[in-house]
Amino acid sequence: MNATGIGAAVKRKEDFRFLTGQGTYTDDINRPGQAYAYILRSPLAHANIKNIDTTAAKAADGVLAVFIGDDMAADGVGGIPCGWGVNNKDGSAMAEPAHPALAQGKVRYVGDQVAIVIAETYTQAKDAAETISVDYEELPAVINMEAALAGGPLVHDDAPGNMSYDWGLGDLDAVNEGFKNATQVSKIDIVNNRLIPNAMEPRAGIGEYDTATGEYTLYTTTQNPHVIRLLMGAFVLNIPEHKLRIVSPDVGGGFGSKIFHYAEEAILTWAAGKIQRPIKWTAERSDAFISDAHGRDHITHAELAMDADGKFLALKVSTKANMGAYLSTFATSVPTYLYGTLLAGVYSTPAVYVEVKSVFTNTVPVDAYRGAGRPEASYLLERLVDRAARETGHSQVDLRRKNFIPNDAFPYQTPVALAYDSGDYNASLDEALKRADVVGFEARKAESERNGKRRGLGYSTYIEACGIAPSAVAGALGARAGLYESANVRVHPTGSVTVYTGSHSTGQGHETAFAQLVSDTLGVSLESVDIVHGDTNKVQFGMGTYGSRSLAVGGEALMKALNKITDKAGKIAAHCLEASEADIEFKDGQFSVAGTDKSMAFSDVALTAYVPHNFPHETLEPGLEENAFYDPANFTFPGGCHICEVEIDPDTGTVSVENFVAVDDVGRVINPMIVEGQVHGGVAQGIGQALLEGCIYDESGQLTTGSFMDYTMPRADNIPNMDVGNTVTLCAHNSLGVKGCGEVGAIGSPPAVINAIVDSLWGLGVRDIAMPATPQKIWQAIATAQTSQAAE
Amino acid sequence: MPITVSMTVNGKAVTGEIEPRTLLVQFIRENLKLTGTHVGCDTSQCGACVVHIDGTSVKSCTTLAVQVDGADVHTIESLADGDTLHPMQEAFRENHGLQCGFCTPGMVMSAVDLVKENPDPSEQEIREWLEGNLCRCTGYHNIVKSIKAGAAAMRG
Repeated sequence: MNATGIGAAVKRKEDFRFLTGQGTYTDDINRPGQAYAYILRSPLAHANIKNIDTTAAKAADGVLAVFIGDDMAADGVGGIPCGWGVNNKDGSAMAEPAHPALAQGKVRYVGDQVAIVIAETYTQAKDAAETISVDYEELPAVINMEAALAGGPLVHDDAPGNMSYDWGLGDLDAVNEGFKNATQVSKIDIVNNRLIPNAMEPRAGIGEYDTATGEYTLYTTTQNPHVIRLLMGAFVLNIPEHKLRIVSPDVGGGFGSKIFHYAEEAILTWAAGKIQRPIKWTAERSDAFISDAHGRDHITHAELAMDADGKFLALKVSTKANMGAYLSTFATSVPTYLYGTLLAGVYSTPAVYVEVKSVFTNTVPVDAYRGAGRPEASYLLERLVDRAARETGHSQVDLRRKNFIPNDAFPYQTPVALAYDSGDYNASLDEALKRADVVGFEARKAESERNGKRRGLGYSTYIEACGIAPSAVAGALGARAGLYESANVRVHPTGSVTVYTGSHSTGQGHETAFAQLVSDTLGVSLESVDIVHGDTNKVQFGMGTYGSRSLAVGGEALMKALNKITDKAGKIAAHCLEASEADIEFKDGQFSVAGTDKSMAFSDVALTAYVPHNFPHETLEPGLEENAFYDPANFTFPGGCHICEVEIDPDTGTVSVENFVAVDDVGRVINPMIVEGQVHGGVAQGIGQALLEGCIYDESGQLTTGSFMDYTMPRADNIPNMDVGNTVTLCAHNSLGVKGCGEVGAIGSPPAVINAIVDSLWGLGVRDIAMPATPQKIWQAIATAQTSQAAE
Repeated sequence: MPITVSMTVNGKAVTGEIEPRTLLVQFIRENLKLTGTHVGCDTSQCGACVVHIDGTSVKSCTTLAVQVDGADVHTIESLADGDTLHPMQEAFRENHGLQCGFCTPGMVMSAVDLVKENPDPSEQEIREWLEGNLCRCTGYHNIVKSIKAGAAAMRG
C-alpha cells in the first residue's frame, strides 16, 4: 500500500487552515463596496398581506433599497423550483404550487420572506426593517398533518386537501395475498420526529453584479454550486450559465440543509443587479431555525405479515410526510424514492407496498436531512422487526437472521424497485454482537437491576441507498436533473496535480481523500495534489455533495479521469523510451519498459507533455489534462448493524447510553480515520434524534423550539464514546468498490437507541416510546404502564 | 454616537471607532478582519466565538467590545507559531478532532483554557467543560480524544 494512498489513515490536508482560523467561510468574505441585507420575515404562520409600507425604511439612515415581492414580480422573477416531480397513484402529476422568493400577497409560515432591506451596514438594515409596516390579515393556520388532510385551512388554493401527492409503490395484490396467508401480524404506529439540521455555520450569501461584463456572482453556503447555478439561473432569474458564477468556499457543515436553492440566494443575486453593488447577508441562528429546511416529520402505520416460523411474508406501510408550506428542492423525493424504495431493508420480504401522502402545512419547508428518507425507512422497519420479535417470541438476532437476504442472493431485486449489488448482513451482525459483548449483557442487566436501574439492548440492522444515482433511473423516477459527477485532472509541467471536482466538501475531507486517490494512482505525494471545488468558474460541472455520493460518484469520476491521464502518459512514455505502448508498465510513479531497465518518472513524462519538442503531433497531443463524467450503473448499498445499550433510572426517566457499537459496511475504505469520523458524527445526530432533538410548533404556527436554548442539540456530555467497526463487501459496479459513509450513522442509530429503551422497559409493560425519548416521556410511559397493569 | 475602544489583540495594540452596541466578535471579525473567530448562534450557546480575554476563555458574542477596553485579547490566529501548531491544535489534527472546522477555533480556545485550569482533565471533565461548545460534525468523540492528547502534550 502506498503510504498516502487508498486505505491509509492520513491526516487531513485541510486541517491546518481550519485550526489556525484561516478557513474561508462565506461570511469571512468581504467584497469591495459591499452593502448589507436584512431579510424581513413573516411573524405569522398564515396571513394575507394587505399592504406593505416601506416608506420609513427607505428613508432610514444608510438604507440603499427596500424590495418586496411585487418588485420581483415586476421584474418577471420566477418562483423557487422543485427539482423532483412525483406522480400520484393514478399517474397524474403532483400539486406544485408557486413558491415566490419574496412573498406575494400571502405568507405561509413563520419565517417566510417578506422584504429585503439593503443598507450600508447590517445594523442599519436591521433597524430600518423594524420600521416596515406590514398589514397582515391573519388566517387560520394548519400545523398538524392529520388536521391538514382532514379539511384544515388550505395552505395553497391550488393544492386541494393540502396534499401534494398520494403516491404508491409495490404490488398491493401480492401484499394482500401475503397477509391472507399470514399466521402472525405485527403492527406499529410511529412518528419520525421533525428535526432542525443546524449546521454550525449559518447560511450566508453575497450577491454581486459586474456592470462591465454583465456577470452575476453569488457567494453562498451550498453543497452543490452548479445545481444552484442551474436552478437559479434557468428557473428563477433567467441568467445564462456563462453570466452566472456560484462560489461556495469552505462550508461549515451541511447535512443536507445546504443542498437546496433558497429564496435568499435569488433575492440577493437579483437585488445586487438592481443596486449594482455587492450585497452581503448572513443568517442569524434565529433566522436559520425558521428558514433552513427542516428534516424528517413522518407519521406512519405499518403491518408485517409472518408465517408460523417468523418468515416475513408481506409488509404494508402507510405514511404521511410533511412538506411544510412549499416544496423545497428535493422535498418530494425524500419520502418516496429515498424512503419507499428502502422498505425491504436487509430482509427478503417477498411483497412490500407503501403509500405516501405528502402534506402541506404552515411550517418551514421540509427537505433532506442526513439520510433523507432512509433514516425514516430504517427507523420504521427496525422498530417493527423489534416488535415482531417480541410478539412472536423470537430473539432479536434470530428473527433478523431468519429473514436476512442471504449472501448468495446478490444481485438481489427487492419488491420496491431497487436491486442490491452486494452485502453480508450476517457478517456485520456477528461483528457487532462481538463488540457489544452481547454474551455479557444479562450479567450487566442483573447488576443494573440490583442498583434499581433498568438496562436494555437495542438492535438495528439497516441498509441504505447511496451514491445518488444513475441518471437514467433517477430520470425515470421524476428527477429533473442528471445525477452523474465530473472530474478534471490537470497535471502541471513539473508533475504536481490540480483536480477539479464537482463534488463539494462541507467538512468531509475531500481535499484529503480525493488526493489519496491521485497519490495512489499516479504515485505522487499528497502535497503535490490540490483538490479544487466549490466554484462554477473553476470547476467544469458538478452535481455536488449529498446522499453520500462524493466518493462513490465523484471519486469514480476522478478515477476515470486519472485512468485517462495514465493512458496518455503511457503513450508519451512509450514515445520517449522508444518502446511499444503495449510494453509500458506503470508502477509507483515510474513508467518502465517491460523486461528492460529503461524507465521514466511520472514528473518527467509530465514535463515532456508540455515541452513536446519531438512529439509526433499527428498521433500525440501536447499537454496532460483529462476530463471525465461518470454516471453510475446503480445506487450503492451500505448497510450494517448498530447495537445500543442503555441504562435507565426508572425514578427519573433519565437514559444513559452505556455503549454504542456501529459496524458498517461502506465498501472499500479510502481513509479509515475519515470514515470513522463520519460514523461518529452520524451516530451523534441519530442519538440526538432519538433522545434530544424535536422541533415543536404551537397551534398558531409559532416555532417554540426556535433557538439553541429551546432545541436540544447534542452536547459533549450527552453523547457517549462510540465503538466503530466495519466489515467489507465491495460495491460490485464501481471500480473502487466504495459505497459511501456519510449517512450510515444517522440511518442506523435511532432505532437501535429506541429499541434499547423499549427493551429495558418492556418488562414494565411499556410498548413504545416516541422520539425524542426525553426523561419526562420515559417517566410518563413507565407510570402509565404501571397504572394500567395495576388496573388489570 | 461612535466611541473609541483600544485593546491588545494577539499582541498588537488596536484602536477602533465603534457603535457602543458593537460586540467583541463583531469588532474582531469586522474591524480587525480576524475571521477565525466565528458566530454560530445568537444566544451564547454554541461557543464558536470563544477567545481569550486576559488569559481566560470568553464568548466574544456575549461581550461588548467596550467592556474589554484595555484588555489583552487572544484569538485563534495567535495560537500557532508560524507553521508550527500549538500542541492543542496539533492534537486536534492528529486525532481528527475537526471536520467542517467551523466550531474548531472555539473548541481549541476553550480547550486551551481548560488545560490551563486543569492540566490533566478526565474524559468526564472534558465533556462537562465543553457544555458551552457545540459541534454538529464529530459527535465529540474525537474532540474529547484530541483534548486528552493536547493536555498531555501541553504538560510536556
